[in-house]
Amino acid sequence: MANDIKIRAWTEGDKANVKAIVFHPMETGLRKDKKTGKKIPAHYITEVVCEHNGNTVLKCNWGPGVSKNPFISFGFKGAKSGDTFTLSWKDNQGKSASQETKIS
Amino acid sequence: MQHTRRLFLKGTMAAGTLAIAAGANLLTPGKVLAAWPEKAFTAEKMDTALSELVGGTELIESDKITLKTPDIAENGAVVSVTVRTELPDAESISIYVPVNTSPLTASYELTDKFDGEISGRIKMAETSDVIAVVQAGGKLYSAKREVKVTLGGCGG
Repeated sequence: MANDIKIRAWTEGDKANVKAIVFHPMETGLRKDKKTGKKIPAHYITEVVCEHNGNTVLKCNWGPGVSKNPFISFGFKGAKSGDTFTLSWKDNQGKSASQETKIS
Repeated sequence: MQHTRRLFLKGTMAAGTLAIAAGANLLTPGKVLAAWPEKAFTAEKMDTALSELVGGTELIESDKITLKTPDIAENGAVVSVTVRTELPDAESISIYVPVNTSPLTASYELTDKFDGEISGRIKMAETSDVIAVVQAGGKLYSAKREVKVTLGGCGG
């Protein structure tokens, strides 16, 4: 699902700035459903890999302590306009997604 | 008959050994790829999480790490945290909230391309220090800031 990830990547000199948001519930497993009183099962992203032209520039390990719909912003060196940037994630329920974008 | 039965047993034993060998082989690449550090994320104390993740608990306070957080967070479910490091050879950044059920919220494995600053949003159960730990040159450097939380963001 392409709408799960939104990425903006742009250059600033030889550096690229990235802002990305992944739409994900990030359930801790500690919350209770108010209607049923049952615990909502944990569902959170564990790993995020950011790649520039296929080379990993940053790997994130996340736990349930990261907010819902996680947002991330960072920069990396050695990028130019037109390069590809890919963000892929994996969660504790075995789901995963990936999104590729051109750096502007 | 006796003979074939013996052969059959020998055969199954050999196959079993092979299966174990294959299993052992499969385990090694997993470690090399640095799997998600489950033990660090499930640890209930910050020190346990630290030693599981980076192998030490001795933190050196450093002014080369800048930690930006709000002073007061109205909603503990969304607290913006920015970490900037100017330490040479930084290998990883991890962010801790000691009062959370799992103190380790996020850890970032850096590469030489990384430009030093990373932002994200974390959950905080209640008012606490937020601690950023940067692993560089085999040492652990840290910076902390207190964030007052009006409404906790972990239970409910």
